[in-house]
Amino acid sequence: MNPTLLAEAQTHAAEPFVFWLLAIVSVSAALGMILMRKAVHAALLLAVVMLSLAVLYAVLEAPFLAFVQVIVYTGAVLMLFLFVLMLVGVSSTDSLVETIRGQRLWAALAGLGFVGLLAAGVAGAALPTTAGLARANAEGNVVGLARLLFTKYVFAFEVASALLITAALGAMVLAHRERLAPKATQRALSKARFLGDHPTPLPGPGTYARHNAVDMPALLPDGTTSELSVNPIIARRTATAGMHTDLEGRTEEQAAGDDIAAVRAATDTAADADAQDREVKAGVPTAGNKEAGK
Amino acid sequence: MSPTHYLVLSAILFTIGGIGVLVRRNAIVVFMCVELMLNATNLAFVSFARMHGNLDGQIIAFFVMVVAAAEVVVGLAILMTIFRTRRSSSVDDANLLKY
Repeated sequence: MNPTLLAEAQTHAAEPFVFWLLAIVSVSAALGMILMRKAVHAALLLAVVMLSLAVLYAVLEAPFLAFVQVIVYTGAVLMLFLFVLMLVGVSSTDSLVETIRGQRLWAALAGLGFVGLLAAGVAGAALPTTAGLARANAEGNVVGLARLLFTKYVFAFEVASALLITAALGAMVLAHRERLAPKATQRALSKARFLGDHPTPLPGPGTYARHNAVDMPALLPDGTTSELSVNPIIARRTATAGMHTDLEGRTEEQAAGDDIAAVRAATDTAADADAQDREVKAGVPTAGNKEAGK
Repeated sequence: MSPTHYLVLSAILFTIGGIGVLVRRNAIVVFMCVELMLNATNLAFVSFARMHGNLDGQIIAFFVMVVAAAEVVVGLAILMTIFRTRRSSSVDDANLLKY
């Protein structure tokens, strides 16, 4: 009995420190959540708020809820949010244009007024002294919760199970996409390909390009870039057209000369004076040289 | 620590969530702000449970979590359906029911 009492005393001594630390962390994370433009940053800051609330639950003698908070909220709900963000597009940012004039100002004022009202109400309330959960948690927090859940709240528990099944069904119905056209057979795909303007495979990214990254459009033999070689989703999100700007400032001859010099330097066959002349023109070996050397 | 501290923290988090619902345009971020408001109320429930010395508040917080999980599942499915048809997750673009 004595060690538990000692541990309890230590918990009570550490409680203000934990509370103030987590209060500052959670409020600043929540503020950052509504101020961040990117939805992914908001989701990660919401995870910070939820984890600090989980620790606060543990401090408030609710260990079961603390674990449920971590597992259900941070583990499941927030990951679901992140999944949907990935589907919708990670780079989606809010527009900063106010569609209603003065909306942010009035929302902030209303928020300040609301929190002032609530805080005044809470501060003015004659709250009883904290009873503590030592007696209710005597058998353990989980056993105490289970006793209540399966006796007094058993009807609510059953209704919650019905709600969860309905939600799962609803999600399946809403996320389901009906197939409007029949699935294309190999024959139909082949016909469409040869009737279209690209019977050959599309150029791969990085072909005849200076890097082999997937967002680097291929260079066609005539020196122009081919947008067809890049995945359309990547092409939409990044400006792939300007990836070859280092080639655009120079003439074709110069660029070709540089490339020949790079290849010769890499294979150590730069023997003749002509190639040496070009190397002098190319200057210091570039990153492309080293890559070619590998 | 008196429950007042926890209740004021809960009120602040609830208000921040409410402001987020009012000002943000991205429907997913609006949803996250609703989750923040639910979490803030859970904190109030749990601190009231300790103040009164019985576990009813924790049970209610547990049910709030269950309902929030169901709400997130259905809500995100609706958002995905809207995004699939309108290619946008902004709340300003979904105005077909306006007039």
